[in-house]
Amino acid sequence: MTDRPLTRNIDMSRAPFDIGQYRAAGGYGSVEKMLKTMAPGDVLDLVKNSGLKGRGGAGFPTGLKWSFVPMGDNAPKTKYLVVNADEMEPGTFKDRLLMEGDPHLLLEGMMIAAYTIQANTAYIFLRGEYLRAEKLLQNAIAEAHNKGLLGKNIQGSGFDLEIILHTSAGRYICGEETALLNALEGKRANPRAKPPFPQVSGLWGKPTIVNNVETLCNLPGIVNYGIEWFKGLGLGADAGTKLCGVSGRVKNPGCWELPLGTPIRELLEDKAGGMCDGYALRAFLPGGGSTDFLLPQHLDLTLDYDVIGKAGSRLATGTMIVLDDRTCPVGMVGNLMKFFSHESCGWCTPCRDGLPWIDEIFQRFEKGGGLESDMQVLTDHLEYLGPGRTFCALAPGAMAPLGSALRHFRDDFHDHIHGGGCPWQR
Amino acid sequence: MNIIASSTSRPTARALTAEEKHEIDHEMTLYPDKRAVGLEALKIVQKHQGWVSDESLMGVAEYLGMSAHELDGVATFFNLIFRRPVGRNVILFCDSVSCWIMGCDRIKEHISNRLGIDYGQTTADGEYTLLPVPCLGDCDRAPVMLMDGEQHRNLTAEKIDQLFAQRALNKEASESK
Ligand SMILES: Cc1cc2nc3c(=O)[nH]c(=O)nc-3n(C[C@H](O)[C@H](O)[C@H](O)COP(=O)(O)O)c2cc1C
Ligand code: SF4
Ligand code: FES
Repeated sequence: MTDRPLTRNIDMSRAPFDIGQYRAAGGYGSVEKMLKTMAPGDVLDLVKNSGLKGRGGAGFPTGLKWSFVPMGDNAPKTKYLVVNADEMEPGTFKDRLLMEGDPHLLLEGMMIAAYTIQANTAYIFLRGEYLRAEKLLQNAIAEAHNKGLLGKNIQGSGFDLEIILHTSAGRYICGEETALLNALEGKRANPRAKPPFPQVSGLWGKPTIVNNVETLCNLPGIVNYGIEWFKGLGLGADAGTKLCGVSGRVKNPGCWELPLGTPIRELLEDKAGGMCDGYALRAFLPGGGSTDFLLPQHLDLTLDYDVIGKAGSRLATGTMIVLDDRTCPVGMVGNLMKFFSHESCGWCTPCRDGLPWIDEIFQRFEKGGGLESDMQVLTDHLEYLGPGRTFCALAPGAMAPLGSALRHFRDDFHDHIHGGGCPWQR
Repeated sequence: MNIIASSTSRPTARALTAEEKHEIDHEMTLYPDKRAVGLEALKIVQKHQGWVSDESLMGVAEYLGMSAHELDGVATFFNLIFRRPVGRNVILFCDSVSCWIMGCDRIKEHISNRLGIDYGQTTADGEYTLLPVPCLGDCDRAPVMLMDGEQHRNLTAEKIDQLFAQRALNKEASESK
């Protein structure tokens, strides 16, 4: 047993384990156990009861998501598993670590998910810029094939699975799961209307599960060691561990596997070494660019989905971005707004027209020419682009750092508007 | 769409090379619908030709049995499909939030000054094109850029100088061979 199931094989100073080394370390044991002793329904129950929540941002219970897939003799024969490896959320660098550090772990997790929903084809939707991950995954897939862990009638079980690597070409919206399905079908990656949900009608109209890389990497441990072990890994209400990153002006930026329920202070101070000399913590985004700012007073909160949620933000990707006291908060939010504006897919009006408007306002704040009335325009957009007003969660995600910045950094906005531009010497 | 707007003599489809076709054919075996390989096909063409011209785009569309307009809709959607010529080396410079906090703007200025190009431009000798790219997933080692398939991390002005000086030396050496 291990208390670091996601990263126990990872050592970035050497090449990742090849299939021989991986198996010698116990790898693919969960697949062998599953194929020999478990029916798909058994795995589904196990994952449901484990309390595993999606690590792609939304934190949706994984077993519950899978349970909507039609099963049994009357279910469609063709089903798909799709891995969301499009990691492009600003400030997020966790799935890259898993794919470059231990590619076979992802394949092992995929086999468990595919078997559970009885999908015989699985696509990995990989971000185009992740060239090293592409090479390593391609190689790992070939190795697994050679050893009879992929292909027809895997280990005499009667279960067939092919894993296909698809590389994208840079567009954040492809990470949204229905946009991702359109992209895989070769279409422009606009999100789809839900319902129907992908579990019922997804890729080419077939039942499809989309899961994040880290979510799937949790599965081998759950199958190997069981529910009690998985729950026991978490320190609070949430089960399991989480990859947690810190970037910004800290002494030792990086990414670590920590028990869910770890205090944020431990991540920031013990792991990331605290702030660089001469810098103080002003605020932080706890889970990537689409989350609300939290403040130093929140450092003793724990890394739990509900705890962070109650504080008005989201754990989301678990990769924290630190704002120090010598960096302009208005500039930081302006940078995020430029990103969201550029990456809007243009499908719905509030997002397509609202984000460029917001971006333009931030550019004026920076250069001088900001107006007091801009503050009202920004505040109005929080509602226009809020949850339920747009086709997908990109726009509400963009409003999270904006809305919280308007609350926490009022004086900084004021200084930009009345001081003729950004007062910070960068 | 520039197929129609850009020229008086209309472009015609370029016949794909045997190598391009071979690679596209392989991709087709991986998907139940050949239209699904549009992006892969464009990437294959770009790998061989450096960018995707109107002629190449029409060639791919013909090969996949879809309209050039539809395929161009896909091509223009993605940041990394180049519908204009680019330099032999494309510098993808991360301008997202963690890199911004760590001072990427200053590094970008330094590159721009050194190469004499802004975002979207190519050096006169056709060597480099500079493009912004969202978060490269290396935020703990910001600022970061991707060039030649290699991620360059913890960038400083000195590192940039060393890198380009070394590349210029390598180029001279290989040309004098
Ligand atoms: C604009 C946008 C971008 C997203 N990008 C990603 C991504 O890169 N990777 C990811 O796993 N999920 C991403 N998501 C979340 C997915 O839509 C989806 O919730 C997730 O892949 C589900 O997997 P999980 O249940 O395993 O977390 C994104 C969502 C939105 C709205
Ligand atoms: S919210 Fe934005 S990104 Fe999402 S569908 Fe609408 S326009 Fe596209
Ligand atoms: S913000 Fe530049 S690598 Fe993530």
